[in-house]
Amino acid sequence: MLEIRELDAGYSDLQALWGVSLQVQEGELVALVGPNGAGKTTTLRVISGLLKATSGSVRFQGCDLGREPPHRIVELGISQVLEGGRVFTGMSVHENLELGAFPAKARRVRAQSLKWVYEMFPRLEERKHQRAGTLSGGERQMLAIGRALMARPMLLMLDEPSFGLAPLMVQQILDMIVEINRQGVTILLVEQNVRAALELARRGYVIENGRTAGEGTCDNLMDFECVRSAYLG
Amino acid sequence: MLGPIAQNLVFGILVGALYGLAAVGLSMVFGVTKFLNVAHGELLMLGGYASFWAFTLLGVDPFLSFPSTILFLVIIGVVLYKVLFSRMVKLPEELKIRNTLLIGFGLSLILQNLALRLWTADDRGVTTAYSGWAITLLGVRLPIVRLASLGIALVCLLALHLFLRRTYTGKAIRATVQDWEAAAVMGIDIHKVYLLSFVLGVALAGIAGTLVSVGYSIEPSMGLHWTLKALIVMVLGGLGSIMGTFVGGIVLGVTESAASYLIPGGGTYREVVGLVLFVLVLILRPQGLFGAKER
Repeated sequence: MLEIRELDAGYSDLQALWGVSLQVQEGELVALVGPNGAGKTTTLRVISGLLKATSGSVRFQGCDLGREPPHRIVELGISQVLEGGRVFTGMSVHENLELGAFPAKARRVRAQSLKWVYEMFPRLEERKHQRAGTLSGGERQMLAIGRALMARPMLLMLDEPSFGLAPLMVQQILDMIVEINRQGVTILLVEQNVRAALELARRGYVIENGRTAGEGTCDNLMDFECVRSAYLG
Repeated sequence: MLGPIAQNLVFGILVGALYGLAAVGLSMVFGVTKFLNVAHGELLMLGGYASFWAFTLLGVDPFLSFPSTILFLVIIGVVLYKVLFSRMVKLPEELKIRNTLLIGFGLSLILQNLALRLWTADDRGVTTAYSGWAITLLGVRLPIVRLASLGIALVCLLALHLFLRRTYTGKAIRATVQDWEAAAVMGIDIHKVYLLSFVLGVALAGIAGTLVSVGYSIEPSMGLHWTLKALIVMVLGGLGSIMGTFVGGIVLGVTESAASYLIPGGGTYREVVGLVLFVLVLILRPQGLFGAKER
């Protein structure tokens, strides 16, 4: 479904990615792990269109995403939950979710999508009219994920959804992610919490210093020196 | 004894309403796109001249020629955006502000000279049959043209407020202001949002200009004067609050009037008051009277 080949990308003079390659098949839950600053977020940003690659290609369902602006990429079926669970604090939970269905395709099924999201996150429904700025960290993360789902994506990319959350909340969010995947949404999960990510995903990639350092099923990813040493002490 | 003071205050409020309207236009553009269009006053002037022409050439009452003036300014806005400002969108904020400042400055020079050629340096105004009418309330004379301007300004700002608060597009604009990346990955076309905000700002300038041409007068060098007022009020009111900016305009208008009345030889200090206020706000409360505090 998603295929990235030899991606080079950077910020002004600073190159951040060198020849990154990865693949996500339809229906999969794939993890992207690596230390801080390795280039995981940069990779997601290139896919979403927030950052343009300097070389290499990103293909989604056969289409080259290279020159597309971010809003077109959402229309094509890729949604991203940004790092930090960014929500629009000045608006209510409900308004945030409604806005999530911005692409025309999603707008048509907005009512059903809202039902779906509220079923998945009953906490959000309880706080429907609350200003998003007053939500707790975990609730904001749920809202951010719910908002991304409102666009009815085929591929959902999550950037560190467990960041800064209490362990109980982390478990809940991760369970939700599995459920979302089970309901048919392909997932690319970027996580620093390697253990959690590898528990969820059956397949993963390791990125280190802007390069794909390893790929494999989660059992043999544990064999990677870099994964072990970086996180398991 | 209350008479002259009250009269002064009222005139201050009436002109303050126009300051507020001009400022909201500028704020709309700057708040969303971070373009500092210092030709805002010249665009306001164009609105005034448009209604002047509609009146003197076609005999259309200025309050009725609003739609055509707005359309005229919308077209100009779209052209200016596409030709001049759209390249600035991707730049980091600081560069955006600096570059658009330069562009705006150049644009203001061009527009001023254009106005000079088309309408000469003479003061122009729209004088209708009812221009001199006024009602007198509690000893205060209220020119109906300026009263109507106050009303129109309020209606426009209320409409804008409702648009931003209640409509889908309006919320998309607010979302973009708050977090453009989050808005972009949600499917909001940032370019369209920028264009719409720019055009709205320009249209508001045009409306303000029409009201100035009826209630006061217009001439080719008025642009800088109005841009400054708009800038001062924008800072005074704070970004992010339409009604706050409008109140800021009233505050400036009233302060100017009060100063020119209370300070001996006050007329000459009228302009200074505004600038002093500007500096004070920046020192004491940089987010403005009603602006959101930096999170």
